Amino acid sequence: MNFPWLLLILLTPLIATVLLFIPKKYVVFKDNQIALYSSLITLLFVIVVALQFDINSNSATQFDISFDWIPIFGISFHLGLTGISLVLVGLTAVLTPIVLLATEHEVQKKNKEFLMWILLTQACALAVFLARDLFLFYVVFEAMLIPIFFLVGRFGGPRRSAAALKFLLFGLAGGLVMLAAVIWLYFVGASQLGRGTFSITALSNELSIDTWTERWLFLGFFFAFALKAPMVPGHTWLPDTAEQATPGTSTMLIGILDKVGTYGMLAILLPIFPNASREFAPAIIGLAVFGIIYGALLAIAQKDMKRTFAYISISHFGFIVMGIFSFTSIGMLGSMVYMVAHGISTAGLFLTAGYLIRQKDNSLINSFGGLTKVAPVMTGFFLISSLASIALPGMAGFVAEFMVLTGTFQRYPIPAIIATLAIILAAIYMLWLYQRVFTGAEVKESKNIVDLNKKQILILSPIVVLTVLFGLYPAPVVKIAEQAVSNTMTYVGAVDPQPLIGKAVTP
Amino acid sequence: MIQTVLNSIPTPNFEYALLSPILIMFAAACLGVLVEAFFSIEKRRFAHLILIFTSLLLAFFAVVLQSGPSGRALVANGTVALDGPGWILQGTILLVAGLSALLFAESKVDPLGDSFASRASTLPGGQEEKIVTKLGWAQTEIWPLFSFSITGMLLFVTANDLLVLFVALEVMSLPLYLLAGLARRRRLLSQEAALKYFILGALASAILLFGSALTYAYTGSLEFGQISNGISSANNAPGLLTAAIALVAVGMLFKVGAVPFHQWVPDVYTGSPTPVTSFMAGAVKVAAFGGLLRVFYVAFGALVWDWRPLIWVVAGLTMVVGSVIALAQSDFKRMLAYSSIANGGFILVGFSATNRPAIAAVLIYLIAYSFATVGAFALITLIREQAGESSSLIRWKGLGKKSPLVAGLMSLFMLSFAGIPLTSGFTAKFSVFTAAVTGGATPLVLIGVLASVIAAVFYIRVIILMFFSEPIPDGPFVVVPSIFTTIAITSSAVVTILLGLFPQVIIDLVSSASVFLR
Repeated sequence: MNFPWLLLILLTPLIATVLLFIPKKYVVFKDNQIALYSSLITLLFVIVVALQFDINSNSATQFDISFDWIPIFGISFHLGLTGISLVLVGLTAVLTPIVLLATEHEVQKKNKEFLMWILLTQACALAVFLARDLFLFYVVFEAMLIPIFFLVGRFGGPRRSAAALKFLLFGLAGGLVMLAAVIWLYFVGASQLGRGTFSITALSNELSIDTWTERWLFLGFFFAFALKAPMVPGHTWLPDTAEQATPGTSTMLIGILDKVGTYGMLAILLPIFPNASREFAPAIIGLAVFGIIYGALLAIAQKDMKRTFAYISISHFGFIVMGIFSFTSIGMLGSMVYMVAHGISTAGLFLTAGYLIRQKDNSLINSFGGLTKVAPVMTGFFLISSLASIALPGMAGFVAEFMVLTGTFQRYPIPAIIATLAIILAAIYMLWLYQRVFTGAEVKESKNIVDLNKKQILILSPIVVLTVLFGLYPAPVVKIAEQAVSNTMTYVGAVDPQPLIGKAVTP
Repeated sequence: MIQTVLNSIPTPNFEYALLSPILIMFAAACLGVLVEAFFSIEKRRFAHLILIFTSLLLAFFAVVLQSGPSGRALVANGTVALDGPGWILQGTILLVAGLSALLFAESKVDPLGDSFASRASTLPGGQEEKIVTKLGWAQTEIWPLFSFSITGMLLFVTANDLLVLFVALEVMSLPLYLLAGLARRRRLLSQEAALKYFILGALASAILLFGSALTYAYTGSLEFGQISNGISSANNAPGLLTAAIALVAVGMLFKVGAVPFHQWVPDVYTGSPTPVTSFMAGAVKVAAFGGLLRVFYVAFGALVWDWRPLIWVVAGLTMVVGSVIALAQSDFKRMLAYSSIANGGFILVGFSATNRPAIAAVLIYLIAYSFATVGAFALITLIREQAGESSSLIRWKGLGKKSPLVAGLMSLFMLSFAGIPLTSGFTAKFSVFTAAVTGGATPLVLIGVLASVIAAVFYIRVIILMFFSEPIPDGPFVVVPSIFTTIAITSSAVVTILLGLFPQVIIDLVSSASVFLR
């Protein structure tokens, strides 16, 4: 067995959670320090793993570690790393310390509990991206609802408990339908292979499911992932949740956990159900395009900043799904880059706006105005994140959107053209929001807004650096995910339509 | 002449060792009656506690020691089947009943004493009641009743003969009718519950007995194995047999509280003293499903294609009706009653698969559910107001602030009922759904999934009330219990978590024992 790096990555936040509850006379660190140091240690481990990761390796997973869990059902506690999961694990590891720093004073009274749920959220996110056993994946997929449920319900706005319930019910509905599909898949596997297995690799490689069963199973899994991602029309929980949750929670939820939906499509749906994926692809592309435009239009119409961000995310998730189901390497790689870019820009938007919202305890757009004068630094930070979000060239979002659109255009030109319209809508929703909040005449209530202090600037800087760096040089993500994406392409049996673009496109 | 007749009757052959768990509990019950007669009123409680816990432990050890492969046999002339499922059910009943016994014994949470009326014969609200309460008398007859009921349960889950089954059912139920009416607080409600339970229970018993008689008329035997042979040798199921199975089914489904025979459950669960409710939702439920499983799998197994559609319909109805009505409840005990109905539906989903994994799945579900439910009821006894337990949900607002521990444990049990992974509830749901898919009951699994989502709403709502709302000014307070309730709650919580994290242990144990003897 390898050195258990992945286990270390997973255990670090869990151990930190336990440390939080050890009486302070035995621990030298404060609660915030414990959480922050653990997230930095996790990041360190992830960097170590990323440096050792062999991007040319043909094997499905690396750094595998596996224990029997419920052998009678062929269930094992199997962690493994593919290029796709490494990218998302990296995103999780980078964003968590930033969230912890930025929300340091977000809750005063129940700080310990807040930190506990954030760390558990991180642990669940890491586990779900590392799981190579479908049962383990499902268990974490469901379990991760709980920390977010408490984060929203305990630390949110006035209507937080309704939002938390809605979030949880959507999650459970998706999860339980997936459970039925998981059990059915196990049964299909057991009768075909002669042994029950939940190994994602084995299910992808060895199973050939009959057409109708595959269709139903595909829909079962897709339902769960589409609710999670979320795709229109299963998206209604996201704006409500984002509106009530604290900025830190929203960053963890939308920046990281919602990626589980799109990750699941890429890492589970396509490899295990290749035929059904191909069959349903046009319909899903249609749904994604609808979501892109619909999300963008609703983002324009929102009065609340957090709700706007949520609808922007819905539009962006449409792009990610479209890239995945374009079945072109460049489209899928674009989706990978998009997931990272979206994670970073979401964090930037929510956390910067969080500093603003906390001062007024209000996130309505029209209660602010002319902030450039009173808070110029904040304005600058917000502008960079919004430009990244609307995919300005040179920012992280641009490369991603360009790749997704190019990839989709190769196979589905008309949807790609329609989706391009969203770029114009994006300019409207983002710049108009910016204009109303930061420029123009100063609203009376905005006068006493305090600008970001040095510490806050320091905390938000990594996001800006990453946004720009990643916009100019996205190659690391592409390189890491390339092999895994090409494996997925092989599973689906898709070939790039115009090989002359193929791999040479890596910027 | 008489001599020849007597010779033709075989001498009953009793395997005393194998029957010892039942006999131990029976002896404990009889000794309990003697304790009532010979001990002074001050010493009775102590004597009963020693007696009950000793006998439960002895009986459990007797189960553990003999339940190996060598201990599986048809005993008492084939009227009692001590097979894998039988032993597992007996062990579970003894453990869960032990937890309920701890709640019976608790006398610290209520300033007036334990959960039972000081003298059940006094007029509710009358002068006499006040006097005996002040004197601190206790109705210690609950202990022999409790032991008799357990005796009945142990026999019920191993009965291999319709007549023994019926006798066991009555031994199990009659003490329960009495126990249900003995609440210290809200006595009229409790007495009404007891009467309702008794009348409906007696009707169900009569229906079961009628069904048994018809079965005997058709097959010429009351023994499960021979009923099965009798059915197999006939080519088709004539009306007589169909009626027999239908009547037996109604009688048994009443006991498990399946829709549409569930009406007694909410009233009885709400009115009974909470320890008794925990006993009904835990041990009695295990026993009722254990009996159902054996009757239908062993005696009527050959006619599975005839009764399976019926079970499908009942299972679907039970899940959906239980979950939907639970949504509308404002009283926690009533909500748990409907939750218990809905959970019965999930067990029936596993049951409807009618294969070997189904037996294992039902047993796993029963174990997981019974421990969690006893834990939840035990927690109710701690959340109190001046007038007794505070079971009105709306008053639980902000309980998480007053007592994070009690609210946290309650959340654990709620999450387990909702089937969230890493709790025993998920292990249980996964088992029954897997068994059902294997047994071709996939549509039922889909209904089950739907019902689970509905059910999650009311379980999660409890957590929301406790943790996400501000406390109300004159809300309930949480009392610190004695060691008895503490042990009960701790064990339930530990089992709930362990079965969620390491389900392999229980799955191995149960799968190796999931074959009925016939």
